Amino acid sequence: MYSTNYHRPSSVEEAVALFGKGSDPKYLAGGHTLLPVMKQRLAGPSDVIDIAKIPGLIGVEASADALTIKAATTYYDIMHNADVKRTIPAIAHLTSVLGDPAVRYRGTIGGSVATNDPAADYPAAVLALNATVKTNKREIPADQFFKGLFMTALEDNEIITAISFPIPAKAGYAKMRNPASRFALTGVFVAKHKSGEIRVAATGASQNGVMRVGVIEEALKANWSASALDNVKVSDEGLMADIHGTSDYRANLIRVMAQRAVDAAG
Amino acid sequence: MGIEGIGASVVRKEDRRFITGKGRYVDDIKIIGMTYAHFVRSPHAHAKIKSIDVEAAKAMPGVVDVLTGQQIVDDKVGNLICGWAIHSKDGSAMKMGAWPAMAPETVRFVGQAVAVVIAESKNLARDAAEAVVVDYEELPAAADIKAAIAPGAPQLHPEAPGNIVYDWEIGDQKAVDEAFGKAANVVSFELTNNRLVPNAMEPRAAIADYDSAEEHFTLYTTSQNPHVARLVLSAFYNIAPEHKLRVVAPDVGGGFGSKIFIYPEEMVALWASKKVGRAVKWTGDRSEAFLTDAHGRDHVSKAELAFDKDNKMLALRVTTHANFGAYMSLFSSSVPTYLYATLLSGQYNIPAIYTEVIGVYTNTTPVDAYRGAGRPEACYLLERLVETAARQLKVDPAELRRKNFITQFPHQTPVIMAYDIGDFNASLDAALKAADYAGFPARKAKAKAEGKLRGLGFSCYIEACGIAPSKAVGSLGAGVGLWESAEVRVNPVGTIEILTGSHSHGQGHETTFAQLVADRLGIPINQVSIVHGDTDKVQFGMGTYGSRSAAVGMSAIFKAMEKVEAKAKKIAAHQLEASEGDIVIENGEFKVTGTDKSIALPMVALAAYTAHNLPDGMEPGLKESAFYDPTNFTFPAGSYICELEVDPGTGKTSFVSFVAVDDFGRLINPMIVEGQVHGGLVQGIGQALLENAIYDDTGQLVTASFMDYAMPRADDVPSFKVSHTETLCPGNPLGVKGCGEAGAIGASAAVINAITDAIGNNKLEMPATPDRVWHAIHAA
Ligand SMILES: Cc1cc2nc3c(=O)[nH]c(=O)nc-3n(C[C@H](O)[C@H](O)[C@H](O)COP(=O)(O)OP(=O)(O)OC[C@H]3O[C@@H](n4cnc5c(N)ncnc54)[C@H](O)[C@@H]3O)c2cc1C
Repeated sequence: MYSTNYHRPSSVEEAVALFGKGSDPKYLAGGHTLLPVMKQRLAGPSDVIDIAKIPGLIGVEASADALTIKAATTYYDIMHNADVKRTIPAIAHLTSVLGDPAVRYRGTIGGSVATNDPAADYPAAVLALNATVKTNKREIPADQFFKGLFMTALEDNEIITAISFPIPAKAGYAKMRNPASRFALTGVFVAKHKSGEIRVAATGASQNGVMRVGVIEEALKANWSASALDNVKVSDEGLMADIHGTSDYRANLIRVMAQRAVDAAG
Repeated sequence: MGIEGIGASVVRKEDRRFITGKGRYVDDIKIIGMTYAHFVRSPHAHAKIKSIDVEAAKAMPGVVDVLTGQQIVDDKVGNLICGWAIHSKDGSAMKMGAWPAMAPETVRFVGQAVAVVIAESKNLARDAAEAVVVDYEELPAAADIKAAIAPGAPQLHPEAPGNIVYDWEIGDQKAVDEAFGKAANVVSFELTNNRLVPNAMEPRAAIADYDSAEEHFTLYTTSQNPHVARLVLSAFYNIAPEHKLRVVAPDVGGGFGSKIFIYPEEMVALWASKKVGRAVKWTGDRSEAFLTDAHGRDHVSKAELAFDKDNKMLALRVTTHANFGAYMSLFSSSVPTYLYATLLSGQYNIPAIYTEVIGVYTNTTPVDAYRGAGRPEACYLLERLVETAARQLKVDPAELRRKNFITQFPHQTPVIMAYDIGDFNASLDAALKAADYAGFPARKAKAKAEGKLRGLGFSCYIEACGIAPSKAVGSLGAGVGLWESAEVRVNPVGTIEILTGSHSHGQGHETTFAQLVADRLGIPINQVSIVHGDTDKVQFGMGTYGSRSAAVGMSAIFKAMEKVEAKAKKIAAHQLEASEGDIVIENGEFKVTGTDKSIALPMVALAAYTAHNLPDGMEPGLKESAFYDPTNFTFPAGSYICELEVDPGTGKTSFVSFVAVDDFGRLINPMIVEGQVHGGLVQGIGQALLENAIYDDTGQLVTASFMDYAMPRADDVPSFKVSHTETLCPGNPLGVKGCGEAGAIGASAAVINAITDAIGNNKLEMPATPDRVWHAIHAA
């Protein structure tokens, strides 16, 4: 690791101010993406601004219509939170199959969404549930947030403060884990919204990061059941191919994971 | 004898230290004035070094020196050696490409060191290493066997035309050809044995400390065999004569073979320590481990097995290409030859076997012994072939095996090995029962109804351990003898120190070796301590690998104990005024049989050291040593049965059960044996399902971190059903055979045989990733 200056602000305002002073600053949350990269010397920020302990960024709130998870809430706290389990159990499940215990004790929802790793789990939930990404500056709808591999609508110094998920009628997540990293080899989040809208998002599959899967949405709109997907053909165009899976394998996984997610959603 | 003697599942003495973080590993050691080394490594698989500019790096803060490959060559540090001479069919010696500890002119694999920075801290050394400017001229690379033997392939070494290390053969080709000529059935097969990265938990590390006044070096290193390291560093690398070089291998966090070898980093640390006049520490990180620890396996083979009309095996013909990487590592040459081809008879009576092995250089990390070393490759090939034969001949796989089992011992195979003892039917029977083989068809049908593909696979392995009779290995080309030494020191108060040339890096010697002493003397194991891993303490030893520590290392202790006991009995008889022949040892006492007269061990020891009243002419003291040279290999063998389910939607495999029945001869500590079996099975399953070292066409290691190289985790493996049958090894005094490698040898074939049974397609290579299995299902 290159040497760096570590800061621990106690508010979002202070964090943003510190960010403004650094020559090449970075926010740090759970550190499970940033620190490995720094250890390998692939990143060498001048300043590391730790936002994980800012009280205003931690916690979960639920209303009749929405579940709001503040950005620095850890996976561990999310998966054990009673409101999460009650309102959107699919999120609790998604979190329980994310990484390993060490990752879950430290990693945060804000860090995950800000990173937008093409194989990360949360982006699928954010997109399928049509969540709103709240920052210190604005509110960004899911459809406008993810901009391709590791790219988001966030500006340099912008901090995600919370993610607000509309509570759906039904939702489910199924994930085929990458055998090495345990990220999603392909994961699919299905949601039936109270409005009747069906949104399905796949992660780990596309070369452009998390994506909606139109053919599956249509089939489920006609018939919300796993068997409705039996003969759906998902195209492998634009899907990733690597040592862990070919693109046709991933296309198959999108369908199979969607079926299992529907089963889980009930 | 006693609750802590042989056969008792005593809790491991060393674990208190390990699980409370009190272990003392190389990286824990600090020496006053110590400096830190960081290597500059090649990013290219094959390139000429046009120039190296170290000036900017030398000017960086905290830099003590920057040293290059040319300097180590100029200082006449020897090239790395390969210690086992193999000859090709035509009688020519294997072709050795020169391997200097740092490359002066040409780099041949990604990660090869070209220079080293010595600095005041690890981080400063790393900073400066980034400032070393190496100008490379990239050359085309041969990244795998196929590319290396293709016409017009890039040539690695001028010494090795066509990138061929050797073209070796074993067995009677004519007899095999004849047998195939009259065969009723022939089963043939092509398969790959995937390359693995050992990934011991502790990465390699070394501290070299040169004392200019004494002209003496101390090397702390992560070694499985510190004496062999000293021997090689002295005799071949011109570092220092043996009496001026102390090698210490303290606690070592796993080796699996990868820490047998003397690596460039240790040589450079020693050489650099003298140059800079200060101690030099190097601690590898995980990325360096992936790139520079010797890898394992990596074979491509063609095999054919001939049967008569009664399904009796007639002959086996195998051609194997073995990938050695860019250079010949210390024991590499023996692995695909004498540790592989000699085991191709398996548990079967095969009258004729012929095998050719072609060793190949590629622009990849050197390949050498990794848990099992050659024997997993042999078992995997043969057991897949036999399972394939059963399917092709439409006979029950257990019955086909049984029909061909060797049942008479000793048995001379056509490929050197003389099996001393075994009972292959016994372990197969026990495994069939434990796996409820009879109930399998019903379970398979039920799974099918639930949409799952269920399969069952066998693997009946044999291995050669207790490596090895010195004369025999010498005649086959080994540069060393493979005996072991021991010294038993009884202290004046009756406690005991055992000095052994075996090295423990996870095996639990501090417990099992003490159990042997406890057993013989009837004393608690806490009165015995095991001293190992330091060339200043233990005179000599060959170290730990090849499941040899019990069969060879403990046999040496056994011999030394016999001598100690004989002398102690003389002293006891003298003290008790009895005749020596009437003395028996029980519960730590020397007793005169048939009387109530006795003297306790501490009193005998005290008498030996006060020497006030010893038999006439007896020397004082109670300390004996012994060297033990085995008479034969030992032959652990067993039957593994794997039952699993494949999810047709994803190709994912889930275990239903895994039965392992092993015959290791006498068990010293059944709990430790079970642990060794578990660890081996996990590595075998890892190879079968998860692990794969993949290089791209340019020779870059694609799986160079745990993000892409899938190490097995606890939830990837089942809860094993482990049990034992027992035939006592006649070749050593304890009747033990060795248990360290069995699981890694036998497991992978059982897993793949089960998957191919489940999916009905035999075309499947390791690792059977979900992606590959899914494609195999759909290709079937
Ligand atoms: C072994 C391992 C396994 C993993 N497995 C999975 C998996 O299965 N699924 C999965 O989804 N992920 C997985 N991850 C990634 C993990 O979820 C990370 O924790 C996550 O990607 C980043 O969150 P973090 O809180 O650790 O962020 P950090 O590493 O601290 O930060 C990551 C980036 O996000 C920025 N950032 C952090 N918080 C905010 C914020 N509130 N606003 C704006 N920017 C912010 C940082 O500046 C930084 O650039 C794994 C990681 C590891 C090490």
